[in-house]
Amino acid sequence: MSQIALWGAVELGLVYAFVALGVYLAFRVLDFPDLTVDGTFPLGAAVTAVLIMAGVNPWLAAVVAMVAGALAGLVTATLNVRFKILNLLASILTMIALFSVNLRVMGRPNVALLSVDTMLTPFYGHGFRDFMVRPMFLLVLAIIALLVVWRYLESDAGLAMRATGANARMARAQGINTDRQIYLGIALSNALVALGGGLFAQTNGFADVTSGVGTIVVGLAAVIIGETLFGTRRILIALIGCVVGSILYRIAIQLALSSDSLGLQASDLNLVTAVLVTFALVLPRLKRGVLSS
Amino acid sequence: MIALDNIHVVFGRGTPLEKKALSGVSLTIKEGAFTTVIGSNGAGKSTLLGVLAGDVIPTDGRVRIGDADVTKLPTAARAGRVARVFQDPLAGSCGALSIEENLALAHKRGQRRGLKLALGHSRRKLFRERIAELDLGLENRMTDRMAMLSGGQRQAVSLVMAMMAGCDVLLLDEHTAALDPGMAEFVMKLTEKIVGAKKLTTLMVTHSMRQALDYGDRTIMLHGGEIVLDVEGSNRRNLDVEDLIDMFRRVRGQTLDDDELLIAE
Repeated sequence: MSQIALWGAVELGLVYAFVALGVYLAFRVLDFPDLTVDGTFPLGAAVTAVLIMAGVNPWLAAVVAMVAGALAGLVTATLNVRFKILNLLASILTMIALFSVNLRVMGRPNVALLSVDTMLTPFYGHGFRDFMVRPMFLLVLAIIALLVVWRYLESDAGLAMRATGANARMARAQGINTDRQIYLGIALSNALVALGGGLFAQTNGFADVTSGVGTIVVGLAAVIIGETLFGTRRILIALIGCVVGSILYRIAIQLALSSDSLGLQASDLNLVTAVLVTFALVLPRLKRGVLSS
Repeated sequence: MIALDNIHVVFGRGTPLEKKALSGVSLTIKEGAFTTVIGSNGAGKSTLLGVLAGDVIPTDGRVRIGDADVTKLPTAARAGRVARVFQDPLAGSCGALSIEENLALAHKRGQRRGLKLALGHSRRKLFRERIAELDLGLENRMTDRMAMLSGGQRQAVSLVMAMMAGCDVLLLDEHTAALDPGMAEFVMKLTEKIVGAKKLTTLMVTHSMRQALDYGDRTIMLHGGEIVLDVEGSNRRNLDVEDLIDMFRRVRGQTLDDDELLIAE
């Protein structure tokens, strides 16, 4: 793997670190399997791209993308909490709807971000090559997001969210409005994923309506790789695991695709993804099996 | 103070499975009184507790706790008034969270939860002191997950949790039923100590006739969703388990031999 390919893998891993943090909130903190993210990721990309092309400040565009993501999350949460639709199904309904919404937002299947300023523009040309600037910029943003999520989960309010996912009946007996926690958590989760989508558009220079396919699998893979390597005991460690897991996942994919001996090509990406995620899911069980026998 | 006024609870109304869980229960429990509740399965004990906790909203009637009418308030909205220990040690705490995190949750029961650190320095110290009072050595395991504790330890911690924030009423839902005899006794002694020290208005549901008479100052018996016995004072002191079983037989009009869930001792 070339140096550029390695930096590229790290860059993509850092974009998807935001997805991993969001998936961690939904899946692990709230125990809510949320497939909305497959629609929210391209939604974030679409909103960001369209706004930037319309001349809006790219930072503001990213914030608007997060709000759009949060709203999509609220739709899923409403379907689940208010209308008692099974969480998985509720999220699939929103995801499907978002495909059309994303096409409406962009007016066409994809939008290119050519010759416009992005969040990254001010950072180019200060002695680092562009392919190095992008991951460094993303790393700083990812660390900020990680610290914010961490601090929140360690607060009284965050503890209420964790209790909602761990034991809802107990949470209610402690005066926690569990419905409100689900609204809030799923909105936050999808805001992070939409931010990831917005950063994807800005670092790659385009938004595409199909870029959301498999977002949930990639996010989950990052979370699980992180948990396998770092453990789940402490929140901070688990969150770092999400970010590192996301990077390692991309490097693994890149290695698999660039290794000539395997004879894989780019179109095998989804198959490789499924195999890697399956492996990551089975690995903890295998480890336990080895330990107990 | 607790005041239940003509409470009716009907499950599945209008369906073939309609069940009257409570039929016109009226009950006033004075401030600081410790009342025990007995009754066989299906008598309405759990429903009664659910009505007080907010899990069950009565079909008819009014519920007052302290100085407020809480009839229509859901569980979370009245949690500031109601502390509760569940029968299942796993139900009353979060197994996935640490002992101190569980205490932090209980510390804010019924209050607004803000962005303050859940486990700041002073809170950690407070929680550690409270757990040390149990004398179970758990103060050295504050960061252990709750799931690693035995059932008895969890119930003991649950009692500490129930006392972390103020309450108008303490509900104990057969909280020693899932424990071995030694641990059950420890938890009961602890309960008595806490309730006595804080003069808490307490309602304890139990399957054990012995417990029902040995603890508290008033005993009520439920059957078929109604209160069929209500004793306190000298009437209660002169009762023994045999008398209670006798009464049980009379209200049921049958022998109790087949009721394996009724424990005399």
